[in-house]
Amino acid sequence: MSAPDMGVTLFIAAFGLVGIGVLGIVTATHLVRIVLSIVLLETGANLLLMLSGYRGGAAAPIIVNGVLPDAMVDPVPQALVLTAIVIGVAVQAFMMTLVLRVYRAYRTLDIRELRTCIERDLAREAGIPLPTSEDAPLTPLVNEPGVGGGGP
Amino acid sequence: MRDYLSLLFIAGLAFLLFIIAGELDFGNAPMRVGQGINQAAPGQVGAANIVTSVVLAYRALDTLGELAILFAAATAGGLVLGRPRPDAPRDPDAGFILRTAADLLFPLLLLVGLFVIVHGHLTPGGGFQGGVILAAAFFVPLLARPGTRFRHTGFAVVEGLAGAAFIVTGLLGLIYGGDFLQPLLGPGAMGSLLSAGTLPLLYMAVGLKVGAELAGLIARLAEFEAVEP
Repeated sequence: MSAPDMGVTLFIAAFGLVGIGVLGIVTATHLVRIVLSIVLLETGANLLLMLSGYRGGAAAPIIVNGVLPDAMVDPVPQALVLTAIVIGVAVQAFMMTLVLRVYRAYRTLDIRELRTCIERDLAREAGIPLPTSEDAPLTPLVNEPGVGGGGP
Repeated sequence: MRDYLSLLFIAGLAFLLFIIAGELDFGNAPMRVGQGINQAAPGQVGAANIVTSVVLAYRALDTLGELAILFAAATAGGLVLGRPRPDAPRDPDAGFILRTAADLLFPLLLLVGLFVIVHGHLTPGGGFQGGVILAAAFFVPLLARPGTRFRHTGFAVVEGLAGAAFIVTGLLGLIYGGDFLQPLLGPGAMGSLLSAGTLPLLYMAVGLKVGAELAGLIARLAEFEAVEP
């Protein structure tokens, strides 16, 4: 009986994909890599959903030559995953359009460079000093009225 | 340091998920809805592919919402990317081998896509999968010849008509069957091409809509000038 072993393998694969995806989202500094991490995370979630409908020794929910199999796996998670994949593709395409737009505006996809660029532009457009945090070394800017120096 | 902390966090998350999964009874999940559908779907809907009966009969309203999300994403993509300038510089055409291969692939991909769509209620496949193949069929020639102009208007018309056909089929189900998107025309002979009532029509609409939408979206991505003129 190899079903439990297969289950463990598939669960490891699903959680591994989820883990790699979350790790990529947290640590990657390149926007395209973050998008790819979200794709991996989605794949892991879909695999997990598929596993929830599995039954030991059951056939795929398709009737071949009019013969109804003894046991068929749950078709509802499969339909849900079909929906999830399509919506995932739509969201990925939209993310890529935003990434392209960001690249056109700033000529970089490194989020650390993007942060300084965007904060600089925001500060210039709004006419406010660059944002600081409570932990930053005290400068005269922090004490000016109307400066969002972290905290309410 | 931050990377190590993230790694530790992921390891903890995976461990937690794995412990929860260990508590589950793998392969014997209690799924009364799924078993009920497996029992009832062949007689009620008549599609050999039960996933298709779930997608287009029991959860057809969700599929309509899914199409709406796809439409919203494609529209938003077009909105963000904008229209290319008419005099925008184009990449030169690819070499002879790639152009000939694209010409050869176009009819084959079209055929495979339509086959997958039409047989969506009999075999694994259907409107979404076949629609993506159709989109690839229209995108491969564009990759081989970036200079040719992609006709967005025609694709938008196909997409709108397909979406309207889906909703009209649903409204006909409301008038003649009593429920929105109720399958009509009876189950028919299981396993034949003309079975499962209006499900093949719905999948045709889905396939054409997905194909036209994705082709248009990918073409917009390809036309976009990433470098400011």
